[in-house]
Amino acid sequence: MSAAGAAIGARLRAGDLTAAPAALNLLESTAAADRQQAACLLAEVAPSALGGEAPAHVIGVTGPPGSGKSTLLSALLHTWRGQERSVAILAVDPSSRRSGGALLGDRARIDFDPADRGVLIRSTAAGERLGGLAWATRAAAHALAAAFDIVVIETVGVGQAETEVADVADTVAVVVQPGSGDVLQFLKSGIMEIPDVVVVTKSDLGQIALRTRREVSAALRSLGSRSTRVLGVSSLPPTSGVQELAATLDEHRAGLCVVERRLQARRAGALRDFAHEYGERGVRALGGRAAAEALLAAQPTGLEVPALVAALERRCDDRAGEDGRSRSMS
Amino acid sequence: MTCMSGDHSPRLPERDRPWMMRTYAGHSTAKASNELYRRNLQKGQTGLSIAFDLPTQTGYDPDDELAKGEVGKVGVPISHRSDMAALMDGIPLGEMNTSMTINATAAWLLALYIVAAEEQGVGQEQLQGTTQNDIIKEFLARGTYAFPPAPSMRLIADMIAYTVEHVPKWNPINICSYHLQEAGATPVQEIAYAISNAIAVLDAARERIGRMPGGEARMEQVFGRISFFVNAGVRFIEEHAKLRAMSILWEELGRERYGVQEERHLRFRYGVQVNSLGLTEAQPENNVQRIVLEALAVTLGRDARARAIQLPAWNEALGLPRPWDQQWSLRIQQILAYETDILEYPDIFEGSQVMEGLVEDLLAGARAEMSVVAEHGGAVEAVPYMKAALVDSHRERIRRIEAGEQIVVGQNRYTESEESPLTADAEGGILVVDPALEAEQIQALRRWRSERDQAAVQDALGALGAVAGDEHSSENLMTATIAAARAGATTGEWSSTLREVFGSYRAPTGVGEARATVPDGDMAELRGEVSRLQEKLGRRPKILVGKPGLDGHSNGAEQIAVRARDSGMDVVYEGIRLTPAQIAASALQEGVHVIGLSILSGSHRELIPAVIDALRDAGVQAPVVVGGIIPEQDVAALRQAGVAAVYTPKDFDITRIMRDIVALVGAGAEESVLAAGGTSANGSA
Repeated sequence: MSAAGAAIGARLRAGDLTAAPAALNLLESTAAADRQQAACLLAEVAPSALGGEAPAHVIGVTGPPGSGKSTLLSALLHTWRGQERSVAILAVDPSSRRSGGALLGDRARIDFDPADRGVLIRSTAAGERLGGLAWATRAAAHALAAAFDIVVIETVGVGQAETEVADVADTVAVVVQPGSGDVLQFLKSGIMEIPDVVVVTKSDLGQIALRTRREVSAALRSLGSRSTRVLGVSSLPPTSGVQELAATLDEHRAGLCVVERRLQARRAGALRDFAHEYGERGVRALGGRAAAEALLAAQPTGLEVPALVAALERRCDDRAGEDGRSRSMS
Repeated sequence: MTCMSGDHSPRLPERDRPWMMRTYAGHSTAKASNELYRRNLQKGQTGLSIAFDLPTQTGYDPDDELAKGEVGKVGVPISHRSDMAALMDGIPLGEMNTSMTINATAAWLLALYIVAAEEQGVGQEQLQGTTQNDIIKEFLARGTYAFPPAPSMRLIADMIAYTVEHVPKWNPINICSYHLQEAGATPVQEIAYAISNAIAVLDAARERIGRMPGGEARMEQVFGRISFFVNAGVRFIEEHAKLRAMSILWEELGRERYGVQEERHLRFRYGVQVNSLGLTEAQPENNVQRIVLEALAVTLGRDARARAIQLPAWNEALGLPRPWDQQWSLRIQQILAYETDILEYPDIFEGSQVMEGLVEDLLAGARAEMSVVAEHGGAVEAVPYMKAALVDSHRERIRRIEAGEQIVVGQNRYTESEESPLTADAEGGILVVDPALEAEQIQALRRWRSERDQAAVQDALGALGAVAGDEHSSENLMTATIAAARAGATTGEWSSTLREVFGSYRAPTGVGEARATVPDGDMAELRGEVSRLQEKLGRRPKILVGKPGLDGHSNGAEQIAVRARDSGMDVVYEGIRLTPAQIAASALQEGVHVIGLSILSGSHRELIPAVIDALRDAGVQAPVVVGGIIPEQDVAALRQAGVAAVYTPKDFDITRIMRDIVALVGAGAEESVLAAGGTSANGSA
């Protein structure tokens, strides 16, 4: 068992999609032994091991509840499979954790052939972390990106959600349903970061969908964003706009400096994980955020998040040691 | 006559005619069901009530993958006009009053019935009966839907528009509150959701007939043809009040919203099947008393008496009833109608303050709940809200039974019992459908397909698809449907033609929104066990709750899912109608620790082993537990197939079931730790 994590990672690296469920089981585990194995797994799929960034297109899809994300994904999935691209969808459910448990029902709305080995859907609860992405989801996205052509992270909410998704995704799409004002408000007030693509669903509603598209475009222009594309789709048959959306997502990825974006994302993710583990006190112990960022920037570019977190931890220990010495000398 | 009827006699001058007596029946094949219907009519039954099997109800032919194990189980399989002709053989359709429990595919089955009548030389204008045709309650409670909400409502509106003109004595839709109560609805919810549902249907119908020349004038007639199908529980006084409240709301609705003026069109007409939810597996003979009392709820007061009644059989919680069991229930109706004096009086509750007070209470509650539904944009838009509310009510009902606050004799009180002679036979006192029938049915269907005029079928289906594809078509879908029935198309072909145009749909499960169970001592202990298990597993225990096959009765699965969540597990629940391959794929991809399967349709003997094979083929070793209506004599075979535990309606304490499951996963985790030499085997599933 000691090589389990590395072996699973090596299978992913070789493009073995059937290794994905075992990889996810391991990455989700909080048991100490499993966490060690998870780090071995991630090392196997780190850019340094892959000889570059993972080739997958990692796409974040966020939006308020009921905006039609799952139905949209169902339609996109068919388009992608038609292009013979393998797809992994990580569905993050925001369900209340009051009792500890969560109901994960999203996969029900995504329609696919169960015999199709090129599709994987995994649901996770948002977990204890406020507002967002479970640690495991980010690690999972990194790992699966080594094997799948497309990795989608689907999360619910606006505001915090797409910020966290931006930490892992190459492209962030926000899904809005016609007539909902929240997203506009969030955009205008700056609560929400500007996404790469805005999708207005339910175009079959006609005028109201068109008006929402115009309003979103106007809001983006007033914020000075020229690059964000706004698209209308209808995900229910007869579908419309889905092919265009798939093409737009591809275009965004093609125009991107993936190496730079992923590198920034891994560094941001490492700092986030560190802060989650050790709190703001931990960050102060590093000498503050700027110092931490500088330290991360000094690390080799091919390291995975756990390795970056480990670097922060080492620095923290060093500084604690120095503090101890300087105090004893005074 | 002993009755000394004078001017001031409280009796009616003439005894009322009894309601229509039916038995919900059908199984195996059209021929076997036809024989059953003829026998039932000889026994004094006055109308027919057809039970279709699940493939027919959901629009699949017997050879479809999803139909596996379900053919002829809970009803009769009907694939084409020749099946319908065999079902109605020797029954004069011009005189018969036939009720069909058919919804998503109602237009198709009515078309087959019209064609069968044609072949008997009976015109459609003479046909009498009812198609259930209520899709909203399928989304909410019963699960045999086929198409998304909007095209489903269009089919209903088209059927109403068609029958009002061409089949004027037909009730095109039965708005059902029955299944809402089965899904846990309180009387207030039952009234409010049923009337809200009726509003959605009537609005759609009004819009549809408005597009026909002179159509608006027919609204009066349309309103008069809408009937209801209700439930009656054992609290029969309140249940009677519920029906009086519904008739008041109905008349009000007709006058105020639809401008209906004629009294006869404003009358609240309903048929009834009394409660099955309250029937117990434990001491099943007690169900007879329950059924009698429930029948009183719908017959006692003349002002709100049922037009048609069908009673469940005493052994429904055990499995499918045999003809003898159904005869027993028919005799209950006959004794009520012909031996007792209930038909001899005017309304016996008139002037009763208690009854009036009850009705007022229910009306107030129902009006409030109806306005919540209206705020959601009407019944179609409010499906997710209503579904969540029903799951929640059912959760509360189960909690009360578990806690002993609601007494169920023989189940949570007075449980000591003598051995029952009723279930002593080899089959355990139920009907077992021969599994070989499915293969025969498939062969017969293939023969039918090979012998018919293929080009005519293709043309008819092409025409149907074209009408369906045009949302604003002035042509009625019924016309194209009848043409396809005549041409010899099959149930699966009709449905798949429409599925291609309309798309498919999954109804909301309602479990995500259900409130948390109020934790009691047992629950607290369970949560402790779950969190210890989490320590052991490294991950939160994850359970897949699955419903294989076509069975849409999801109440049990939903309650298991909610309780598992409340105990601290992660729960993957995808709703109904899953193939073994889908369940296996979900279990593998989600990395679940245990799989719970629920089946109530009697297809467990075929489907459970199929799911287990699919799981093991996919490399999933997680244990499988099964719940549902599983006859005692089938348990051994399921265990043999690899099922770790079987739960039936007598296991009403869900917290206990959860504790079993936690222990099962815990034992498995220990085994795999040992097998892996002490390290966690969490990544090996």
